[in-house]
Amino acid sequence: MSSLQCDITLTVNGETIRETVEARKTLVDFLRDDLGLTGSHVGCEHGFCGACTVRLNGVIVRGCLTLAVQCDGAKVETIEGLSDTGECADLQTAFETRNALQCGFCTPGMLLTAQELLASDRVPSREAIREHLSGNYCRCTGYHAIVDAVEAVAKARAGSGT
Amino acid sequence: MKPAPFGYAKARSLDEAIGLLGQQPDGVKLLAGGQSLIATLNMRLSEPRLLVDINGLHELSGIRLDNDHLVIGAMTRQVEIERSADIARHAPLLAKALPHIAHPAIRNRGTIGGSIAFADPAAELPACLTALSAEIEIAGPSGKRTVRADDFFKGLFETALGPQDVLTAIRIPTALADHRCGFDEFARRLGDYAIVGLAATARANGAGLKDVRLAYFGVGATPVRASRAEVALAAGDLDKAVASLSGDIDPQDDVQENAAVKQHLAGVLLRRVAKQMTEARS
Repeated sequence: MSSLQCDITLTVNGETIRETVEARKTLVDFLRDDLGLTGSHVGCEHGFCGACTVRLNGVIVRGCLTLAVQCDGAKVETIEGLSDTGECADLQTAFETRNALQCGFCTPGMLLTAQELLASDRVPSREAIREHLSGNYCRCTGYHAIVDAVEAVAKARAGSGT
Repeated sequence: MKPAPFGYAKARSLDEAIGLLGQQPDGVKLLAGGQSLIATLNMRLSEPRLLVDINGLHELSGIRLDNDHLVIGAMTRQVEIERSADIARHAPLLAKALPHIAHPAIRNRGTIGGSIAFADPAAELPACLTALSAEIEIAGPSGKRTVRADDFFKGLFETALGPQDVLTAIRIPTALADHRCGFDEFARRLGDYAIVGLAATARANGAGLKDVRLAYFGVGATPVRASRAEVALAAGDLDKAVASLSGDIDPQDDVQENAAVKQHLAGVLLRRVAKQMTEARS
């Protein structure tokens, strides 16, 4: 009835994956160690920093506060998947051109979090951007350039009608 | 850090979950949203032998009206409460409080029942339910029972839940036309646990208030009612209400702030929240 190891089937970035995982393995460790998807980062491991942010069934979650075994039957998307489809290519370009990253450790989580905000609120205020990103730590930039980048992309997307 | 090894079982029914809780006394934890539990597992503050995942029990999820009560399933995600039109209309205090709870990625996963059952003394929802005179529905091996929020929070991370109990739903009296509510907190960063917070409800009484309920969090082991301040506020004396807080709450130094600062901030919050309630229009 219960087990230390479990078989799971899920889709990761559109690909069907079947694996046996330890019950205690977090989703972000599964993605990094078992699937080699190292774009999601392991920071604090208790939900504070947001570096491990991934999408689970269409919404962002903490990869360190979700167990891989809970993702049986689920759809998981990571920064690698979003990069491949080009879904947030404009955000990535804006982060680069506005120096919204330095070491880049927080960037995948920032991008997924910002992309979720822009999907629900087309042109958020700078305050709303800051609130939505409040769960993602950046230790390099001071956040200003990140807010600039997200705001610029929001306006560009609204202007182009996409 | 990584969690110590544990077993995992996905419950297919409420009865099965209750049964599994009885198999290994003290060694079993229910896994709801996991946003506090998995953090404690990662830090090895908790090392259960078995996790019983209740995320598949859809009957524990959802928001519905039951005559003059709003019923919120224990597994309802915090984001659903934040966005619900029924909550905004019938329990506006929760709509005010939700943006203060952690961050979007955590509210997507975290549940109301998990937050209540965990009973962190600095968490928003236990204080909100106390201010709202909510009732907590519990299922256990001997059947179902209901506990008032005032009687549910027993001590630090300690509740009326027994080892084989499952918190199944929250019942909140729907807000009438004269309902007033207020909420505010001080935190280092939006979404962090509060240094001090206040959830309040009242009924309009002309230009004043009656039936005031003030539930502080972050000032004790459980949500703390400020009963002297409630009486003073209902009598229309805000200064006396603030002054009487020294007899109502007794915050201790903690990692965030010292007791004197917390006591001062509690008074600042009372003025802000009283203003929210007296300026509100139905």
